[in-house]
Amino acid sequence: MADQTLPIAGTLDVTPRRRSQAQVLEWLHGWVVTVDHKRLGILYVVYSIFFLLVAGVEALAIRWQLAWPGLHILSPQVYNRMFTMHGTTMVFLVGMPILFGFANYLVPLMIGARDMAFPRLNAFSFWLTAFGGLLLYYSFIGGFGLYGMGNAPDVGWWAYAPLTAKAFSPGHATDYWALALIVSGFGTLGTAINVIATTLSMRCRGMSLLRMPLFVWLMLVTSGLTLITITPLTAAQIMLLIDRYLGGHFFDTQAGGSAIVWMHFFWIFGHPEVYVLVMPAFGIASEVIPVFSRKAIFGYPAMVAASVGIAFVSLGVWAHHMFTVGMTSVGNAFFVLSTMLVGIPTGIKIFNWVATIWGGKIRFRVPMLFCLGFLFQFLIAGLTGIMLSVAPWDWQLHNSYFVIAHFHYVLVGAIVFNIFAGIYYWYPKVTGRMLSETLGKWHFWLFLIGFHITFDTMHFVGFLGMPRSIYTYEPDRGWNHLNLVISLGGAVQGIAVLIFAWNLVHSYFKGKEAGNDPWDAWTLEWAAPSPPPVYNFAADPVVRSRRPLWDLKHPDDPDWKYEA
Amino acid sequence: MQATNLKHGAKATRVSSLLVLCIAVLMGPHAWAEGPLGSPNIFAPDSTPANSILNLSWFVLAITGGIFVTVGGLLVWALIRYRERATDDESEPAQIYGSTQVEVAWTVIPILIVVVLFLTTARIIFAIQDAPKPQVALDVTVVGHQYWWEYRYPKLGIVTANELHVPVSTALEPRPTYLHLLSADVDHSFWVPQLAGKTDLIPNHPNDMWIDPHHTGVYLGQCAQFCGVEHAKMLLRVYVDTPEQFAAWVEQQKHPGMQDARVAAGRHVFETEACTNCHAIAGTAARGTFGPDLTHLASRTTIAAGAAMNTPENLRAWIQDPDHFKPGALMPAMQLNDQQVDELVAYLTTLH
Repeated sequence: MADQTLPIAGTLDVTPRRRSQAQVLEWLHGWVVTVDHKRLGILYVVYSIFFLLVAGVEALAIRWQLAWPGLHILSPQVYNRMFTMHGTTMVFLVGMPILFGFANYLVPLMIGARDMAFPRLNAFSFWLTAFGGLLLYYSFIGGFGLYGMGNAPDVGWWAYAPLTAKAFSPGHATDYWALALIVSGFGTLGTAINVIATTLSMRCRGMSLLRMPLFVWLMLVTSGLTLITITPLTAAQIMLLIDRYLGGHFFDTQAGGSAIVWMHFFWIFGHPEVYVLVMPAFGIASEVIPVFSRKAIFGYPAMVAASVGIAFVSLGVWAHHMFTVGMTSVGNAFFVLSTMLVGIPTGIKIFNWVATIWGGKIRFRVPMLFCLGFLFQFLIAGLTGIMLSVAPWDWQLHNSYFVIAHFHYVLVGAIVFNIFAGIYYWYPKVTGRMLSETLGKWHFWLFLIGFHITFDTMHFVGFLGMPRSIYTYEPDRGWNHLNLVISLGGAVQGIAVLIFAWNLVHSYFKGKEAGNDPWDAWTLEWAAPSPPPVYNFAADPVVRSRRPLWDLKHPDDPDWKYEA
Repeated sequence: MQATNLKHGAKATRVSSLLVLCIAVLMGPHAWAEGPLGSPNIFAPDSTPANSILNLSWFVLAITGGIFVTVGGLLVWALIRYRERATDDESEPAQIYGSTQVEVAWTVIPILIVVVLFLTTARIIFAIQDAPKPQVALDVTVVGHQYWWEYRYPKLGIVTANELHVPVSTALEPRPTYLHLLSADVDHSFWVPQLAGKTDLIPNHPNDMWIDPHHTGVYLGQCAQFCGVEHAKMLLRVYVDTPEQFAAWVEQQKHPGMQDARVAAGRHVFETEACTNCHAIAGTAARGTFGPDLTHLASRTTIAAGAAMNTPENLRAWIQDPDHFKPGALMPAMQLNDQQVDELVAYLTTLH
C-alpha cells in the first residue's frame, strides 16, 4: 500500500491499478513507444484513413454548397477554408502518410529484412507527421489570433503569394498551415531516408537490386524524389514565415517581392509531389496485377527504367502549372515538351500492365477490381494530362473544373483506387483475416460509379468555363444541372467509403482466417505468418529470382532459369 | 445582342461543339438552355486566339481519343478474353517475362506522337503569344482588385470598371484589343473563354494578352485565380460594340459626371460622406481609387462586379449592406439614414 509516512500524502500512490486498465494502458504504451516497422506502418495507415474520412466530409460540404447556384450552406469564408483544408489534408495527411505506411510495413518484409534500417528514426518520423496533422487542425482553435480573423487556412492548398501576406491573411491560420507542412515535411524526409537506406543495405541474400519487387523499386524512387522535392517546399514555408514575422520581402509584392518566385518554389515541389504520390500506387498495381493475372510482370527492367525515367523527367515540368502567368513563348514551349515527355515512360508502364494481363487467367477479386479501375482511369488521366500540357489549350483549361477533374482522376481514380487495392490485398497479411469480398464488391462498384458520375461530369463543366475555387456561381451559365450531378456522385462515393470503413472494422473481428498466403502470391511477405511476428522471418530468407515463392511452388519451372 | 451572340458561331465550330454538347447533354439535360446569355463555352469561340486554341484542341482530342480507343479497347478485350473460367484447370498460364521488339515498338510510337504534338503546339504558342501588335489596336489597361476589375483606356482618357467595352474586329476592318494586365493587390486571372485563354494579373509582374472579337454581343467571364473571400463574385463582361456604338460610348465616357440640379442633395451626400475616400466621379471632388470609378455608373448593366443588376433597388441594398450581395466585399456598410440613401441613389442613377 501507499507509504503513509511520506510528507506529501498521495503523491506516491503505488496501489496496483485495476488489471484491465493496466492492460489497456500497457497496450497503448506499446503502440506509442513502438519502433517496429509493422506497427508504425499500421499507425500511418490508420492515421491516414482517419484523415481520409475528415477530408472526405470536407469534400461533401463543398459539393453540398455547389449543388445548386446561390446556396447558403457555407459562407464564402467557410467554403474557402473547406477547400483549402480538403486539399492540404488529402495531400499531406492522407496521400503521403498512407503510402509511406505501406512502405514501412511492406518494404522490409518484401526484401527479407527484420526491420527498417533506422527504427527509431522511423518512429520519430511518424510522430512528426502526426504532429503536423494535429497542428494543421489545431488552426480551427488557434487560428483566430489577436485579430479574431478566420480560424483555419483559407488561401488554397497552393497558397499563392501575396494572398498569404500579413496584409491579406491576418490572424494565425496561414501560420498553422506553414508550420504544419514544415513539421510533417521533416517527418516525410526522415521516412524517405529510411526507405532508401533500407532498400540499399538491408536486402536478404540473393536479393539483388534487379530482383526487388517493383513495389520496393517504386518506393525507392519515390523516396529519392521526396528528398529532392520536400526541400524547396520547406524552404518556401520558412521564407513565408520570415515574410510574415521578421519583415522579409521574398513574396511581399508591395515591397518589391515576387509572387512568381513562390509559384516556382511551390510547383517545383508540387509537381514531383504528384509522382511521389502516384509511384507507390504504381508499385501496388505492379504487385496486384501479376498475382491476379497469374503471370509474371511483363518487361520488369523496362518498368524499373520507366519509373526512374518518370522521376527524372518530373523534376523538369513544374512550370506547366504556370502557363498563364506570362512566361515567354520559348519558356512555355520548353515546359510543353518536358511535360509531354513524361507521357512516354508512363505509356510504357500502362502497356506493360496490359501486357501482363494479356494471356493470363484473370481472377476478378476485389484487389484486382480496384487495380483494373486504376488502369482504366489512369489511362484517361494521362490523356487529359496531355491535353493540359498543350499550353494554348491550358490557357483555357487552367484553373477550370477540367483541371479539378484531371487531378482527381489521378489522385482518386489512380492513387486512391490503388490504395484500396493495396488494403484489400495486404489486410489479410496485417490482421490475419480476410476483408469481406461481398462488402468489398459493393464498395468497389459504388465507388466506381460515384467516381465517374462526379469526375467525368467535371470535365464538361470545365469546358463550359467554370473556374475552380468559387463558392457559388451564376445561375445563367449552364452549369446548374452538371453541378447537381457532380454533387450526387460525391454522395455515392461517400456511401462507398462508409461501407469500406465498416468492412475494415467488421472483418477485423469476424473476417475469415487468412493463412500465410491467401492469394497464392509470389513475393516474400507471403512467406511470413499472418500477422508476421516482430522479427518477420525466423531464418533469413535466400532468394534466387524476383518471385521466390513461385520458385518454391514450381520447382520444375523456376523463374531463375529465365531471368537474365 | 443575345441573339447575335448565339447566331454568329462559324458553322464548323458549331458542328464541333455539337459533339461535346451531345455528351454533356446526356448528363445535364438543360445545361445549355439555362441562361439569357449562354455559357462561356470554350467550344464556342469568337476571337482569333480562342479560335486557334479550339482548332488545336480538336487535333489533340483526335490523337488522345485514338490512343484511348486503342489502349482501352485492348484492355477490355484482354479482360474478357483472358478471364478465369469455371472450366479452367488449376494450371498457371504461360509465363512471359517481356519482349524486346514489342517494348521498343511501344516506346518509339509514343515518341513520334510527342514530336508531332509538340511541334503543333509550339506553332500555336508562338502564333498567339508573339503576334505583332497592329497600329490600329486598342489599348486597355486592366487592373485586378479584390474583387473587381478596373479598365483604363490610356489613349482615350477613360476609366471604368467591370464591364469592358471593345470594338468589333472583322476581317475587313481588324481592330484587336490589347490588354495590359496589372494587379493592385493579389493574383487574379482574366478569363473570357469565348475570346481568349486566361492570363494572370500578378502584382509586380505586368502581363499582356489580346482579343479580337468577331461579332458584337456580350461575352461573360470571371476571375480565374483564387483571390480571396469574394473570388466567386469577381465577374466580368465584355461588350463588343460596332465601330459606331464604340465611338459613341467613348464620347460618352469622356464626359465628366452628370450635373443635375435635381439630385444636388444626393451629390452632397456623396461628397461629404466617406464615399470619396474610395470612389472617384470626374467633375467632383471625389478622387478615390480604391473602389470602382463611378463617373458613368448608370451606364453599366451591373454593380458589384456583376454580383447584382444595376437597378435603384439593388443600389440601395448595396449601399446599405454590401454583404447582402457579396459577403466579404471590401466596401463597408455606409450607415446612412433612409433619406440620405434615397438621395444618394437618385444621384447615382443620373450618372450616365
